[in-house]
Amino acid sequence: MSTPPMVVAVNVHKYFGSLCALKNVSIDVAKGEVLCVIGPSGSGKSTFLRCINQLEKTDQGAIWIDGELAGFRRVGDALYELSDKDIALQRITIGMVFQRFNLFGHMTALENIIEGPITAQKRPRAEAVEEALTLLNRVGLSAKRDAYPAQLSGGQQQRVAIARALAMRPKLMLFDEPTSALDPELVGEVLAAMRDLAQSGMTMVVVTHELGFAREVASRVVFMDEGAIVESGSPQEILVRPQHPRTKDFIAAVLK
Amino acid sequence: MMSNPTTTDSNPDLQRPEFSIAHLRHVPRHYYRRWVAAGLILAAFGFIVHAFATGQIEWDVVAKFFTARAIMEGLVNTVIMTVLAMVLGITLGVVFAIMFMSPNPVLKSVACFYIWFFRGTPLLLQLLLWFNLALVFPMIGIPGVFEYRTVAVITPFMATLLGLGINQGAYTAEVVRSGILSVDIGQTEAAKAIGMTRLTTLRRIVLPQAMRVIIPPVGNEVISMVKLTSMASVIQYAEILRNAQSIYYANARVIELLIVAALWYLVVVTVLSVGQYFLEKHFAKGVGGAKERPRPVERSL
Repeated sequence: MSTPPMVVAVNVHKYFGSLCALKNVSIDVAKGEVLCVIGPSGSGKSTFLRCINQLEKTDQGAIWIDGELAGFRRVGDALYELSDKDIALQRITIGMVFQRFNLFGHMTALENIIEGPITAQKRPRAEAVEEALTLLNRVGLSAKRDAYPAQLSGGQQQRVAIARALAMRPKLMLFDEPTSALDPELVGEVLAAMRDLAQSGMTMVVVTHELGFAREVASRVVFMDEGAIVESGSPQEILVRPQHPRTKDFIAAVLK
Repeated sequence: MMSNPTTTDSNPDLQRPEFSIAHLRHVPRHYYRRWVAAGLILAAFGFIVHAFATGQIEWDVVAKFFTARAIMEGLVNTVIMTVLAMVLGITLGVVFAIMFMSPNPVLKSVACFYIWFFRGTPLLLQLLLWFNLALVFPMIGIPGVFEYRTVAVITPFMATLLGLGINQGAYTAEVVRSGILSVDIGQTEAAKAIGMTRLTTLRRIVLPQAMRVIIPPVGNEVISMVKLTSMASVIQYAEILRNAQSIYYANARVIELLIVAALWYLVVVTVLSVGQYFLEKHFAKGVGGAKERPRPVERSL
């Protein structure tokens, strides 16, 4: 392999008690690719995203990030769970944006962005601040550097959250329904920031209900239902000419 | 009344004479009963003040002993013990709260036992146990490395500090735990996602936000601790109440010296309440009335 894919997931299973949240999910995401995952709620798409970042532990199967086995170390025939510290180190290269933003409530926008670089990456404060200001400018929020999350609109909070994730200089960005908690008129500004990011060549996995965004930005779309991948293909194939009846039903229901 | 939703200027109904009262003066409601209640309360208060002023209390004795040397020493001891016992209590409380919430079953069990034991027995009994520790262990230390006679180590000061601090820790652990639980799980996930370890997440993200919930009950406990130190008088710790008692055993001015001690407790508690107000304001950062708060100054640039 000359350039290994950014994400490789092979036969991933995840159970919550007796509920099978992910059934044998296998997929790979090439570097620079924008993969959109769509599907009804409860289909396992968010769970899959959280498994990539090890916020959920996979029960079977394995995930590699940029060629590195995530969450485990292989010794002979066994996979040994990594320590809290090693998992934290692996997460540093993966940015994540949440549905509910999850900005740190006791920190200003700027403090939110420099927290990771300073605390987790041990970078000098001055450098982190300088880079954070560039990122705030990039998401159009330079004026809000000293605002606390409670003083920002949902769209502004989500854009700060994107800047916070980017401050870690990630090689992969995960988006977990980033616009689902937003008022309709604020969705556009967040999608615009994501579109810019996609154009800059960032590898992205986006769980979303925004079919318009998927169609325009995604290099590939995956439809999941009941914990499994039902079909995947180009945005045209999945969104315009879906083959599977469940995909057809879902897309018809969303567009209605 | 306004059944018609389109109440615009053009609505001719609004021009009718019975609606043209917008120019009339608004008179606020009168609260006569409040004045009556205030009068009654003032009268009762005056009666109490009069009773104390003419009762068998020699106020000049109160004034004379208010700043007596023994009282001042007792006050200092009370304040020192409050501070040290609370520092020990809060430290233990945070440690045991984190242990209690740990996925590690060993740590969890230890924390569970600690909270169960020290909340489950009376503080007075615990103080007596610590003070009489020498009856169980005549020597303490690591055998062969260093050992001390327990009687020499467990002074009234040490016994009080251990008794109050360790007991306080069991209560504070529950307060800290409720504070940690009050912080949204999304905060922890976001911290993990930027590569923080479990302990860094607790220290940088969860605890600072939990403080908002933790401080009011802990403030309450500090105030409670000021008064609990008086229990140490039974194991001969020279705090303010014990010193006041020593004086009235000699001069028989019981009520006067109890009043002196009571006044000093009130002074200390008042000062602490003011401190709590400012501490709460500090940790309310980013919450609620944040919009009126001045912008913080960036420190490094």
